[in-house]
This record gives sequence, C-alpha cells and structure tokens, in this order.
Amino acid sequence: MKAAVVVFPGSICDRDCKVAIERSTGAHVDMVWHAESELPKGLDLIVLPGGFSYGDYLRCGAMAALSPVMRAVAAEAERGTAVVGICNGFQVLCEARILPGALLRNAALKYVCKAVDLDIVNGQTRFTAAYGDRREATMTVGNGEGNFFADEATLDRLEGEGQVVFRYRQNPNGSARAIAGIVNGRGNVLGIMPHPDRAFEAELGSADGAILFQSALASA
Amino acid sequence: MKAKVEVFLKAGVLDVEGKAIEGALHGLGFADVSGVRVGKTIEFEVAAADRVAAEAEVKAMCERLLANTVIEGYRVEIAA
Repeated sequence: MKAAVVVFPGSICDRDCKVAIERSTGAHVDMVWHAESELPKGLDLIVLPGGFSYGDYLRCGAMAALSPVMRAVAAEAERGTAVVGICNGFQVLCEARILPGALLRNAALKYVCKAVDLDIVNGQTRFTAAYGDRREATMTVGNGEGNFFADEATLDRLEGEGQVVFRYRQNPNGSARAIAGIVNGRGNVLGIMPHPDRAFEAELGSADGAILFQSALASA
Repeated sequence: MKAKVEVFLKAGVLDVEGKAIEGALHGLGFADVSGVRVGKTIEFEVAAADRVAAEAEVKAMCERLLANTVIEGYRVEIAA
C-alpha cells in the first residue's frame, strides 16, 4: 500500500496526515511538494492536508488549486485513485472543481475548534465501508471557512446520489444541510472538513479517523 | 490599460461579514443601513489592443481565478 501527502506552502497537517496514515494502515507515505508536476507511481491514496495553503490568499485553496501538483492529482482522480482532501484540502478540491460547491466563512464568523459527532450518511463508499454497521463517528474540526455551500439543485443531486457521506449532528459552522463531507460522482474523491488525521488513536479522544484511512486503503 | 475587478458574494449567498458590519452600524445609531455586502477590489495593469480585448481578457481571469463563480459574482472596469 502506498500513499502520498501533498505539501503546500502553509500546509499544517501534512505531518499529522503522514503519521495518521502510517499508524492506521502501515502504508508507506511519501510527502510530495506542491511544485512537483508528477506524483510517485503506483499510489493507492493521495491526501491533501489541512492548513492555510498560500496564506489563504484570494480564497482558501484558490492558489493551491493552481499549483503544478494539482494537475497530477486531477489526473489520478480521473484514473480512479482514492483522493482525500481534509479541511484546507477539501477547499482545494472545491477550488480545483474536482468536487462541487465551496466553503464559506463560518456562519458565526468564528474559528471553530472542537470534537464533533458525525452521522455516516453513506456507509457504502470506499472511505466508509470499513465502519461496517456503525453510523456515527467522532472527529475534530478546526476551521474558519468550513461552511459548505452549493446551490439547491447541487445539494439535491448530492443527497440523491449518495454523495453526502458525513453530516454534523450539531452543525458547527452553518454548512448547508449540515454537510461535513462529500464524494464526487464516481466515489473516489472525498472532501471532509473534520480531521480524521486528528482522531486516529484513542489517546487523541477518538480513533474513528483511523477507520477512514483503513477503508480508503482496503481495496489497495 | 488599468483594470479594476470587484468581487462580491452572489445575492443568494449569505454574507456573514456584511451582516456583522450591518449590525455594528446599527449599534452605532446608523439605523437606516441595510443590505451591507463585503467584497474585494483587485487592480492591475493589462496590456491589450483595445478596451474590448482588455475586458474579454480580464473576464477570463475572473472566471478562472479572481472569482469563484460557485459563490461569487464580479464586475470589471477598464480605464485607459
């Protein structure tokens, strides 16, 4: 099993993601600098980490979406490789139009950092299959722009096609329909605002995030 | 030519920062204020054959980078 974590200038959770994936799955994890135009060969999972890529200049994720490595990430996503964007990584995937919608300023204009309880809305995705019959998970959010937005037609389509994967039990940031995580139509790209990389061992308050990484790599 | 681009959240998208500013203005006694929207202005020089060409190029920049058209609208002004 082989995974890569993309490192943008201003990424914060890149090391956390590497450690989380290694300890959760035993996979080999490469760190890939944003200026690379090619990814390592034979990847089973690509993670875009949380942080403040390019200082959140213009819009969160807007500059990172244009960095050279994102062309390679888009190509891998097109080929069906599993891609997970966490927090800022979710923003980057939306800005790159790999996922629909956008992340707005939190409704209360506050940075929210706390553990949140999530409903696993779709347990059939490649990112949630390993949760089995479980329909809830606890992870931590840490965001100021985590307020998911899409127009009503897009939201209806996401719900209808089973693309809403995680939903907040108590909406921390005003996200439309309390959406915390979505997949693309093909189901191989996940964007998630809460951090599975901050919830991969019981000592961190929850080990539920580990299951997400295990699930993503189970088919590898 | 000078290009001036204004980017605002679309009408259907709640502008929470605008709302907060509106509330603060009301608190200062400016009770007649409504519909506050916060945007950003981006100014730059662009070399183009004429105003029409410049406007077309700047609009392309807006679509591809300067605005996220999922949530934002934009206005372009070109001055000689």
